[in-house]
Amino acid sequence: MEKLWLIPTFPLLGFIILTLLPFAVGTLPKKLTGFIGAGAIGLAALTTLLVGQDFLASNQDTYTQILWQWFATGNLNVNFGLHLDALSLVMLSVITGIGFLIHVYSTGFMFDDPSFARFMSYMNLFVAAMVMLVLADNLALLFLGWEGVGLCSYLLIGFWYTDPHNGYCARKAFVVTRVGDTAMAIGLFLLFQEMGTLHIGEVIEQSASLWKTGDTTVTLIAFLLLGGAVGKSAQLPLQTWLPDAMAGPTPISALIHAATMVTAGVYLIARTHPLFILAPDALMAVAFIGAATLLIAGFTALTQTDIKRILAYSTVSQIGYMFLALGVGAWSGAIFHLMTHAFFKALLFLGAGTIILSLHHEHNIFKMGGMRKKLPLAFLCFAVGSAALVALPLTSGYYSKHNIMLYAWALPDMGPWLWGLALLGALLTAIYTFRLVFVVFFGPTDPHHGEATEARGLSMALPLLILCVLALSGGYWALHLDSVLPSSPHPAANPLVDGLSNVVPFVGIAIAYLFYGSKKLSVDSVMNLPLARRAHRFWHSGWGMDGLYNALIVAPWKFLAQVNQSDIVDHFYSVLALINRLIHDLFAKSQNGNLRWYASSLALGAVLLLGIGLWN
Amino acid sequence: MILAYLIVLLFSGGVLAWLAEFINPKWPRWIALLSLAIALLILANMAPQFAIDTQAARTGEAWDLIFILPWIPRFGIEIILAADSLSYLMLLLSTGLGVIAVAAAWDEIRQRTGFFYFNLMWVLAGVIGIFTAMDMFLFFFFWEVMLIPMYFIIAIWGHENRSYAAIKFFIFTQVSGLLMLLAIIVMAILLAQNSGKISFNYFEWLQAAEQGVIDPKLSGYLMLGFFIAFAVKLPSFPFHTWLPDAHTQAPTAGSVILAGILLKTGAYGLLRFVLPLFPEASQAFAPVAMTLGVISILYGASLAFAQQDVKRLIAYSSISHMGFVTLAIFAGTTVALQGAVMTMLAHGLSSAALFAMAGAIQHRLHTRQFNDMGGLWQSAPRFGACMLFFCLAALGLPGLANFVGEFLVLIGSFDASPVLVSIAALGMIAAPVYALMVMQKIFHGPQREGLSLPDLNARESSMMALLIALTLYLGFFPQDVLSLMEPMLNPTNQVAAIATGVVQ
Repeated sequence: MEKLWLIPTFPLLGFIILTLLPFAVGTLPKKLTGFIGAGAIGLAALTTLLVGQDFLASNQDTYTQILWQWFATGNLNVNFGLHLDALSLVMLSVITGIGFLIHVYSTGFMFDDPSFARFMSYMNLFVAAMVMLVLADNLALLFLGWEGVGLCSYLLIGFWYTDPHNGYCARKAFVVTRVGDTAMAIGLFLLFQEMGTLHIGEVIEQSASLWKTGDTTVTLIAFLLLGGAVGKSAQLPLQTWLPDAMAGPTPISALIHAATMVTAGVYLIARTHPLFILAPDALMAVAFIGAATLLIAGFTALTQTDIKRILAYSTVSQIGYMFLALGVGAWSGAIFHLMTHAFFKALLFLGAGTIILSLHHEHNIFKMGGMRKKLPLAFLCFAVGSAALVALPLTSGYYSKHNIMLYAWALPDMGPWLWGLALLGALLTAIYTFRLVFVVFFGPTDPHHGEATEARGLSMALPLLILCVLALSGGYWALHLDSVLPSSPHPAANPLVDGLSNVVPFVGIAIAYLFYGSKKLSVDSVMNLPLARRAHRFWHSGWGMDGLYNALIVAPWKFLAQVNQSDIVDHFYSVLALINRLIHDLFAKSQNGNLRWYASSLALGAVLLLGIGLWN
Repeated sequence: MILAYLIVLLFSGGVLAWLAEFINPKWPRWIALLSLAIALLILANMAPQFAIDTQAARTGEAWDLIFILPWIPRFGIEIILAADSLSYLMLLLSTGLGVIAVAAAWDEIRQRTGFFYFNLMWVLAGVIGIFTAMDMFLFFFFWEVMLIPMYFIIAIWGHENRSYAAIKFFIFTQVSGLLMLLAIIVMAILLAQNSGKISFNYFEWLQAAEQGVIDPKLSGYLMLGFFIAFAVKLPSFPFHTWLPDAHTQAPTAGSVILAGILLKTGAYGLLRFVLPLFPEASQAFAPVAMTLGVISILYGASLAFAQQDVKRLIAYSSISHMGFVTLAIFAGTTVALQGAVMTMLAHGLSSAALFAMAGAIQHRLHTRQFNDMGGLWQSAPRFGACMLFFCLAALGLPGLANFVGEFLVLIGSFDASPVLVSIAALGMIAAPVYALMVMQKIFHGPQREGLSLPDLNARESSMMALLIALTLYLGFFPQDVLSLMEPMLNPTNQVAAIATGVVQ
């Protein structure tokens, strides 16, 4: 276990080598770049495996490794300390394991890109930051990882920097998540003011004795942390950045915007769960944000035509399920869904990457069609991934999602409502997912892509196949998180919930089939209804949130900045200077060399002075 | 004694550089570099002495490096030089950035090189005097010594609008400096009435302040005299408008020195004089000052975003960053003061790097306008990477020095005013908006035809490498600096005890 520190170090070394070595020896051969980039993550994954085995064998609940004192002054003491427990181990396994597969895939996918080395180095840096995020033993260090992954997300979304639109999307992602981060930072300040520590273990230990359930301060802290979580995890009301984040290369969509970084918010809430348990209002807000987001994103996914945007909204929606799980007290269930989602969504994104690469960067699903035969591997990926995503029985997604449904139903008061929303979300998931499958893989082949051949080297095919296996079988792994997360009693099986969980995905698939498979029902005839058209437009725009933020925040900010470009305060000083100059001119004029003028002003002055003297 | 040597070294290095031009115009830069290198060596030698007990240091006798020489005995004016850990860190920063400034000027300054390096060295000598002078009159003397050569640097080697900028810089600093002089003289007279002998000795003033000799009402006005002088230098809203012009018009080395070092003299003055000499008045004034700090943070950020000129953008971002320092100094907790010092160092490094790069861009492309740039990463990847690094430092990315500073400032000031800190934290959102815009407008976007940027050369690369290494070092291992400052800012020390009582 002493090797724990190596897990972030390997990816960091990979980043340093890939960044600095070219300065010394010139551009590296691409094979070597790929080897270093993927190898660093491979080593990290291997270390995780060894450390994990040690950890499980040791029967310890936690293992802490303090590397050095980061900053300590006054009553503030923050260490560069790593903390391993069951929760961080699950996260580590997902990050390094899935991360390794995606890195291997990238060595094929990005091989022809002229900036391949830059790509691999950013990816390595991302993994290092993400590992720090989940290993941090205090919230300041967690914040370092938190911002670090945000940086890498920015760098990789804007990876193809020659297109200004990509730069816009990258900045948007960074700034919108920064809004959440700022809330989180204020939450940390408040937490520190109240407790005098940022150490997660101490916070958890002391919170119960410091606050009563429902205390205003702890509720405020929980809400502020939630602000950070919704920013990073693209939940309402800060979800707008994730669909635009699809501007980046597809492997990063799989790694950052599906499997790991966007689930950091879920991790944060799980990690600080005692605070949320003390703040029932905040916890209820988590549940409702999750439920609302999963629905809104589901509706939006229905209307998208870009394959990656569909998957992006699907990710937003699935993270909504994780938030719902947290909110209804299915703590382990949330992490379980986080893990299975990482499997099948990474699979879907990488599969989409294969399609996009094979079809010369085509993103529009309506320009694909009939790809079942042309792209058999991608089809396999989508068949397996979609089955897991819509939670068909026996796939990994089924177990994790069904678990959440049971907990939601079992929650007193609002439970059945939340369950109903989640069920509606499941229906939507099935419809939009199989809409995509039917449109892309069935029907006649699109004439533009008649000649397409599938891009697949071993480096791309192998990770896909492994992910297929994981997406199918990942549900059989039981996570033992009881040492970290509270274990509420598992709700009893409920025939109604069970039955509907089983049936609803098939209903959704049937609907998708009727519209997009057999075309028995026509989309156009539905779209002719005025209400449907309006709804479509509204959903397609992501429920108008981008427009709203533009009008409320971005435009006024730009306007104010523009109006005040020359700095109004400076005008004050300019006027001051002007007045001085006027007075100067005035006095200069008085000195005109005219003797009569001098004499009369002299006389006038004398009279004035005399007058003043007499007056007094 | 060693401090006196240090100042004399730079003064005479400047004179020597001026004279050397008549032999060979390339010599002055070597002389400047050499004198700064010697100064750095001297400072490095001094390092072990700074584990001093600042508790005792306050009385004056315990300051290891103290140097006293009568100057104008009739008015009790002495040459007193001394340094504690705050001075020491500022000396290191000034001398180090002095080297960077010489490196930045290396190829850029071709006319009247001798006089240029003369001015550069004299500014630095003045700054070192400011950071070590413990006689109030001497302090004011160095305040002026720093000002005039800087005026020449802007007025002679500056860009298209240089004389306007130089005069503006001069008037702002001079007028506010006169307010400080007035405050110093009034203070000296008041103390003389009390003790019967006139003295400008900082340590005696401190004792007097402790005994509460000065009438509280009057001390408020005196405090304002000092505060305005330092707030102009910082600069704090609403006294900031000289800065964008001066920074933009100054030659690269001038901008580096202005942003990296001269702004820090304002913060130093607040820490050294305003808080300890006027504890009650500062306390009463703290809400106003903290509000000005917060306004500076957001106002600077918003103006930075609006700029089309790369140097102006960086200049306004400096205002934003120094707002954190004002906020922290008047919040006054140990953590906040540590954050202020850390931000001073971090901003010194990052703004020096940013101005050096902005200057290099102007030197190569002959423009500072964003509209004339774009897509330059292709031709200058190393340049782009360095710019990216310091933009990230400016937006407060954890792991870099600026984050440690800002984090300590905010978390340390939170106790004093949760509302103001929460508003100040909005700066965390505004900073990436302008910082990332720099990357977008200069290095990203489509490559333009016929536009290419020669990449950093060996001299510039090593400059950047040094600044990057220091920024990373302070970001990951800030404890070395924090430990050095801790005894001075610790509440057991009275100076800080006064400061911590500022807002309660």
